[in-house]
Amino acid sequence: MALIEIEGAVKRFGATVALDGASLRVEAGECLALVGGSGSGKTTLLRTINRLTELDRGTVLVRGEPVGALDPVGLRRSIGYVQQDGGLIPHWTCLANASLVPALLARADARDRGRRALGDAGLDADVFGARYPRELSGGQRQRVAIARAMAARPDILLMDEPFGALDAITRTDAQRAFVELRESAGTTAVFVTHDVAEALRVATHVAVMQSGRIVLHAPAAGLVASATGYAAELLEKSGVTNGGRTA
Amino acid sequence: MIARYPILLACLWSAAALELRPVLHAQQDPTPVVIASKPFAESYLLAETFAQLLEDRGFRVDRRMGLGATEIALQALVRGDIDVYPEYTGTGLAAAGDPELRGDPAEVFARVSDTFLARWGARWLPPLGFENDYAIAMRRGHADSLGVTTLTGLARAAPDLTGGFSPDFMGRSDGLTGLAAAYDIRLRETRSLLQAVKYQALAEGAVDVIDAYSTDGAIARYDLTVLADDRGFFPPYDAAPLVSGDFYATRPRAVLALASLAGRMSVELVRRANEQIEVGGRPVPDVAAELLGAIGLDAEAPEWADQTRPSQAVDPADSAASGAAAALPDPAGPTAPARPRPSTTDDRTESTLAALPRHLWANRIELARQVSRHLLLVLASLTAAILVALPAGVALERRRALAGTAIRVAGLLQTIPGIALLAFMIPLFGIGVAPAIVALFLYSLLPILRNTYTGIIEAAPEAVAAGRALGMTEGQLLRRIRLPLAAPVIMAGIRTAAVINVGTATLAAFIGAGGLGDPIVAGLSLSDRVMILSGAVPAAVLALLVDWGLGGAERVVAPKGVAEGRR
Repeated sequence: MALIEIEGAVKRFGATVALDGASLRVEAGECLALVGGSGSGKTTLLRTINRLTELDRGTVLVRGEPVGALDPVGLRRSIGYVQQDGGLIPHWTCLANASLVPALLARADARDRGRRALGDAGLDADVFGARYPRELSGGQRQRVAIARAMAARPDILLMDEPFGALDAITRTDAQRAFVELRESAGTTAVFVTHDVAEALRVATHVAVMQSGRIVLHAPAAGLVASATGYAAELLEKSGVTNGGRTA
Repeated sequence: MIARYPILLACLWSAAALELRPVLHAQQDPTPVVIASKPFAESYLLAETFAQLLEDRGFRVDRRMGLGATEIALQALVRGDIDVYPEYTGTGLAAAGDPELRGDPAEVFARVSDTFLARWGARWLPPLGFENDYAIAMRRGHADSLGVTTLTGLARAAPDLTGGFSPDFMGRSDGLTGLAAAYDIRLRETRSLLQAVKYQALAEGAVDVIDAYSTDGAIARYDLTVLADDRGFFPPYDAAPLVSGDFYATRPRAVLALASLAGRMSVELVRRANEQIEVGGRPVPDVAAELLGAIGLDAEAPEWADQTRPSQAVDPADSAASGAAAALPDPAGPTAPARPRPSTTDDRTESTLAALPRHLWANRIELARQVSRHLLLVLASLTAAILVALPAGVALERRRALAGTAIRVAGLLQTIPGIALLAFMIPLFGIGVAPAIVALFLYSLLPILRNTYTGIIEAAPEAVAAGRALGMTEGQLLRRIRLPLAAPVIMAGIRTAAVINVGTATLAAFIGAGGLGDPIVAGLSLSDRVMILSGAVPAAVLALLVDWGLGGAERVVAPKGVAEGRR
């Protein structure tokens, strides 16, 4: 059984069609990158998994259950989430931010879990725990955001352009740290990126979206070989392949 | 005298008849008689005279002095919020919208009595015996050089002249509007001037023509020419106690006591009494007590009215009585404290500043009462506004389409001038504390609503989005992220509302709500600067303290870790 199963997802915002029958399966332990151009529906599809977006048509199953039947608050607490700008709560310390979800779940050891999560994300809790987000660098803030998403040890992690706001060097570090963290925790992850190179570096699987549909879904290792049409074009534009076909 | 007013006989008769009925003895009657005045010296004086007379007869009295203007006092009477206030027949006729304002005094009294009884059930008690007519006045030298002696003459010279009139006069059909139409007077410019500054503005040449009262002591003091009403525009203005129908029916003993003042006050006597207040700067209660003495209803007659003391009703038209009064010494003379005549310049400033601390100390108990009443008005209205506007501002975050409309409506409320908003409250809530609190409440809504909405909207939207995505409920987002981050902005709105309220609450004195506006309104009416400042300075200090205190509160509620926050 797939951990996440999306079938025929349709979503309109007014006259705009964001999802047009997208279907997707993510198996436990995978790390899936959703790539595609702006407006291709990547973020909308990601947000249907924890009910931040409600579908007009189609179904989303998480752990075999349709999400429409689950309490959205409980569902979201069971799934990690990281957004591009981090979204740290500015008047809470980094430790309070990192301990958020265990605290929402009323875990007695919430602060210990927050400390551990900060450490796992590569931040010394003794140094950074008492600081406020604005006292940190962009890369450090994004690590706190990842620690916050992972602190309750969710089996699923969703990320929307998690490294998009970082400079090139910081981004490479953060990507590497994330890969190690995810592999050691065994978390299933879905993340949105417009950067194909990043997808190939971080993900085990890649799904390419165009106009609200999945046009290619393949293991990262075999992506270049299996890409045709739009997917091949996207790979070429992002410099992953060097356009040998036409040269 | 009595023959002039057939209705007076009837009044006296019916009052006497009522007196014979078994009624509760005054001392045992727990309900106070509510006596009001309009905001000018003579009205204060007459109302105080009524009050002391009734107190002498064992009644309890509740004073509501300085009510806004005719409309406010009259509405309060009609609603039964007040029992009695001194009014003038011509003014009453105009307030009732009577198109035919002219007539001889008895005719006008009869007509205004009938009109008020039919329309509002209110009763005019017998006139006090003097008329206080409107007088249009100019500097004597200026009028002489233009050759203007009558209102017809004024109409000729008007295009080169500037007028300064009291707001009450400017707005009334028996005032400037009607006058200008009747004589075709077209002044170059007209300005609205309060009683306190009108004479000085005229003396300094800032204006050329003013409205005055015929009983006004200032006419002689500033050497003014009163222009003759050669076409008889102004109706007679006989002063009389105006009482509510309910009061008339249920308090016959009090009505009889007030009716006993009938015909006892001559125009010269009242002018002298007014001078004691306006020129002599003496307290209204003292002069009122002496006035009662002068008309033989209390204690000793004062020196200033010695020879005018009548043994019975004085006919204002009686030239002998007027002549006797005119021969009296100047009130600024022996009986009044030696005070320099106010000149055209501000030679009282120094003594005013020096006198203020003494005045405040001497009246400290009264001051404490006014400050606590003022705080009550501000705190009650502010609390109500917070209880309404804060949840509304929060709720609007989810209905942003409505927010613009709601904030515009609250903004519209704030554009209504303070005194107008207060006046609008009277038909709904009467006079006193309640309508003032409602008006101040409405004023406070906008800053609190706008700042709450803005603060909530702008409170770290990305953190709110992330919190929601991680499973925070809407209540948790509000309590733990939005409100703490919006707190300084909301507090700034409360601070703005509080400071506006402290200032606006001074206007509440016009509708009988008390507070620090009381000495301001009384001082403006009596041209007493020390009294004005004794309300204005504490009000300003209070506003600064509120601003400072809530500024501190703003810093205290500022969350840590945020750029604007201070540790």
